[in-house]
Amino acid sequence: MDFKPRNQKDQSISELRYTYSARNLWSGFLFGIGLVAFIDEAIFHQLLHWHHFYDKSTTSIGLISDGLFHALSWFATVGSLFMFADLRRRKGLWLKRWIGGVLLGAGSFQLYDGIIQHKLMRLHQIRYNVDIFPYDLTWNIAATIMILIGITLVIQTRRSLLKMKEDASNAQ
Amino acid sequence: MHSNGHIHDNGTGFEPILLMLLMPGLVIYIAAVIISNRRYKKWPLYRTFFWILGTLCAASAIIGPIANRAHMDFTAHMVGHLLLGMIAPILLVLAAPITLALRTLNVQSARRLSKVLKSWPLRFLSNPITASALNIGGLWILYTTGLYGLMHQNALLHALVHFHVFIAGYLFTASMIYMDPAPHRFSFMFRAIVFTISLAGHDILSKYIFAHPPSGVTKEQAENGGMLMYYAGDAIDVALICILCYQWFKVTRPKGSLAL
Repeated sequence: MDFKPRNQKDQSISELRYTYSARNLWSGFLFGIGLVAFIDEAIFHQLLHWHHFYDKSTTSIGLISDGLFHALSWFATVGSLFMFADLRRRKGLWLKRWIGGVLLGAGSFQLYDGIIQHKLMRLHQIRYNVDIFPYDLTWNIAATIMILIGITLVIQTRRSLLKMKEDASNAQ
Repeated sequence: MHSNGHIHDNGTGFEPILLMLLMPGLVIYIAAVIISNRRYKKWPLYRTFFWILGTLCAASAIIGPIANRAHMDFTAHMVGHLLLGMIAPILLVLAAPITLALRTLNVQSARRLSKVLKSWPLRFLSNPITASALNIGGLWILYTTGLYGLMHQNALLHALVHFHVFIAGYLFTASMIYMDPAPHRFSFMFRAIVFTISLAGHDILSKYIFAHPPSGVTKEQAENGGMLMYYAGDAIDVALICILCYQWFKVTRPKGSLAL
């Protein structure tokens, strides 16, 4: 996966993606949050009707947290895609780092939703009138796997970023 | 509000006043387009179209079938609220009325107008935080206190609430997306954060209404109205988010690339 510049043009592209490495990560992270929130809304709320719009056990803090994260994810979906377009027009897109960001954002939000919002704030449950434990387990394990893969990708790209900086300072 | 339906029929006398504010706006806008087109390049047709559509959206929330049903039906009230406080303001802001006014007026009047726009009261009102507080805060007061019930017994109050929803909606939209010259500008990041918090306030209120019906509203109507406010509010706000982000995208265009 490592990018090896073959000529002048490739060299400049590789430098640009290092310049915008933080923006790649942020754009991916925000898109990940938006993606999970969208899947949650479309599949679990609307298609399956497993999640409830409002659950009588919801705490006030749960309502506030839900509103804030819903608004954030809504804005983030659009904003992150504009950032993606911005990275492309600057020729600074680093897809591996971006995908790392997506998985990190998606996993973190799903884990927050699964543990803090569903369990501690009792916003709503994944499904009603069933043994909830296997559902919670699947939900949170899936979130953890996404986080782990995301972290791996981010660390790998960070290594190549550090190596590139080292090469640059050696060259001088 | 089944019981006081006839009380309200007697007291719709203030709605024509709201309408009388909207209709001259339509006439003046079109007149300004015709007059200024003689001197400058043609005013974009889509802006005139947005202004007409925006006026119609606002008017349909004040008179006609939606407004009539809104007295009995909370869901219809919510449709009216979305038209008057969200859709109409976006369309009217996109029509750039201040820009049109500035190019139509003579230099002296235009200077006076820009002086008013730069004045401290407008500076205060057009701050995204103030505009959001007026917009979302006003809605919280309307639906969580007895105001919603009172509004249907007092025609003047009813008209004032509608007026506030419309003006606050316009102010909020204009403070987020800059279509007209804005003397006191705020960074994209600042507006994005304030916008997200306002949207959250709107979402939280929708779910609060779902669980706690406003005074005089049945549980079933509150549930339908709350869900409509939540989902339709999101759908309309996504348009605002796209415009805001697109403006950011244009402004941050890398220098030296003409193609983009």
